Amino acid sequence: MDSIQRKKYWRENLKYLALLLIIWFLVSYGFGILLVDELNTIRLGGFKLGFWFAQQGSIYVFVILIFVYVKLMNKLDKKYGVNE
Amino acid sequence: MGIQTWTFIIVGLTFALYIGIAIWSRASSTKEFYVADGGVSPLANGLATAADWMSAASFLGMAGIIAFSGYDGSVYLMGWTGGYVLLALLLAPYLRKFGKFTVPDFIGDRYYSNVARTVAVVAALFVSFTYVAGQMRGVGVVFSRFLDVEVNTGVYIGMAVVLFYAFLGGMKGITYTQVAQYCVLIFAFMVPAIFISIMATGNPVPQLGMGSAGSDGVYLLDKLDGLMTDLGFTAYTDGTKSTTDIFFITAALMLGTAGLPHVIIRFFTVPKVKDARKSAGYALLFIAILYTTAPAIAVFARTNLMETVQDTPYKEIPDWFTKWEDTGLIAWTDKNGDGKIQYLPGSAIEGKKPMFSEARGAVGQRLISNSSATRNELYVDRDITVLANPEIAGLPNWIIALVAAGGLAAALSTAAGLLLVISTSISHDLIKKQFAPNISDKKELLIARVSSLFAVVVAGYFGINPPGFVASVVALAFGLAASSFFPAIVMGIFSKRMNREGAITGMIAGLAITSYYIARFKLGWIGNPETSTEADWWLGISPEGFGTVGMLMNFTISLVVSRFTAPPPAEVQQIVENIRIPSGAGDAVNH
Repeated sequence: MDSIQRKKYWRENLKYLALLLIIWFLVSYGFGILLVDELNTIRLGGFKLGFWFAQQGSIYVFVILIFVYVKLMNKLDKKYGVNE
Repeated sequence: MGIQTWTFIIVGLTFALYIGIAIWSRASSTKEFYVADGGVSPLANGLATAADWMSAASFLGMAGIIAFSGYDGSVYLMGWTGGYVLLALLLAPYLRKFGKFTVPDFIGDRYYSNVARTVAVVAALFVSFTYVAGQMRGVGVVFSRFLDVEVNTGVYIGMAVVLFYAFLGGMKGITYTQVAQYCVLIFAFMVPAIFISIMATGNPVPQLGMGSAGSDGVYLLDKLDGLMTDLGFTAYTDGTKSTTDIFFITAALMLGTAGLPHVIIRFFTVPKVKDARKSAGYALLFIAILYTTAPAIAVFARTNLMETVQDTPYKEIPDWFTKWEDTGLIAWTDKNGDGKIQYLPGSAIEGKKPMFSEARGAVGQRLISNSSATRNELYVDRDITVLANPEIAGLPNWIIALVAAGGLAAALSTAAGLLLVISTSISHDLIKKQFAPNISDKKELLIARVSSLFAVVVAGYFGINPPGFVASVVALAFGLAASSFFPAIVMGIFSKRMNREGAITGMIAGLAITSYYIARFKLGWIGNPETSTEADWWLGISPEGFGTVGMLMNFTISLVVSRFTAPPPAEVQQIVENIRIPSGAGDAVNH
């Protein structure tokens, strides 16, 4: 792999990280903490939405984020021939 | 059969299982001892990481903390799971590619400096010792509650079991025992939770039951909010901590989780980089099962408690109440003399624990000598939330015994993971890397085993004589990991320009300011107590959340210092290039 390919691979990797970490921040610090009072006016069944994000929703999203990351990276590795 | 007999049988069986696994998975080289030969499957590593991660505190304590703090308890739920996203995306794959045995290995090599390595070793040892002392104590407490032995005897039994498999098998033995321990602990946690959820709402999934309605058709959370506000408590779903503090504590717990050495090293045990990513996903999935159930248990338990006790005459109280009163985890002091229980805001007692006298009161309650001036009459130890669950649900005795085995599995698995970090730090990072670089693999393995013996003895000593700082483990372990390891490792991977000078000054600054803040505001060791109260917290940030500030300080200072000092040598920049590309991790390279 030459250095241009390496740079491109790394840049795509960083793009994925940025995207996933924005979602990570949004569901926990955003919905679960900073905006919790606003979201609590909305209901999700027996839950206030902000409270649900803080004690349930953010955790589900975290799990999904890691598996999405695994998928994206496996594809990226294959594209650049650095998979094993 | 009685609870006691069942507990002996189930705890005995699980211990026999752990020891059997230890004999089967003996280690014969340092690579097996330190990283299980790099041959653990992602799924097994995910299970082991989950057991390693979930301690006695997660298993026995967390649901209780949430039950009694409502929304504020969210900091633990988000903090102790969100860190795995950082770990999976920013650290684990790259450290696996780097392919050495320990966190100080990475810091020492990446920053081409033995000073950096030493700072990392000292931080790793301090964090791990603080954490492990609480675990050994936890083992003793579970033993004493369920098997009627002295707390100290329980600690000795726990030491013997952990020593057996840590000494023989190192990481290999620990990994496969942790897999078994995860299965025991999650089963023990979920069975009572499912039954309680069915009882409360008819829904067998606790995560959904929490948001369902009870038999009266009112949503459980609304009912609980109502019960609490009527009596003058803050609503369950509101909480009392400031938004700033919630933000900082959550961040410190997340960053600390991602920086804890005993968690990071688990990702050195899988064969490939992509396995490291995947096993982080599995780990969080397995952790999430318990972490999303705990808040549901918290809601059921708190509602049940409020409904059962409020204005109930002591004579008509259910059996579980008086049983836990006998063990001292519940106390009732009839302040207004009406023979009924009033559960109101404020502490019912002066100090932390009720002080019982031998005498019984007018209706047969145990009398205490340290009642407070508030109108609240009820003291409830938070640990009861998980411990009393099976009895409240009227489950059979073998399930109660299972909860004991689950608590022990949680405490032992975490203790073992920490002890491995401690023994590895001593044999590998200190002796092999600093004093005797030429020793043979056999000799290093022997030293590693002796160090694990030493680590168990020290941990056991702390378990029996807990030093004051152990109670502050959350602030200390997570705060220090967040302010030292996390920034140093992330910059080591993502910044080629980061150099020795920047990393060392950053870590020292982060550690120093965080230790200072905790020593002053949490432990009261330094500074004038008059000016170290909650009102004096900087920007309203509690000591538990200050690791976030330490982390920001570390990043800032590292970046500034590195810009004014020489860039790292070409071969180090080559290392960074190399760890960013996943292929070729193969075997963990041995020196």
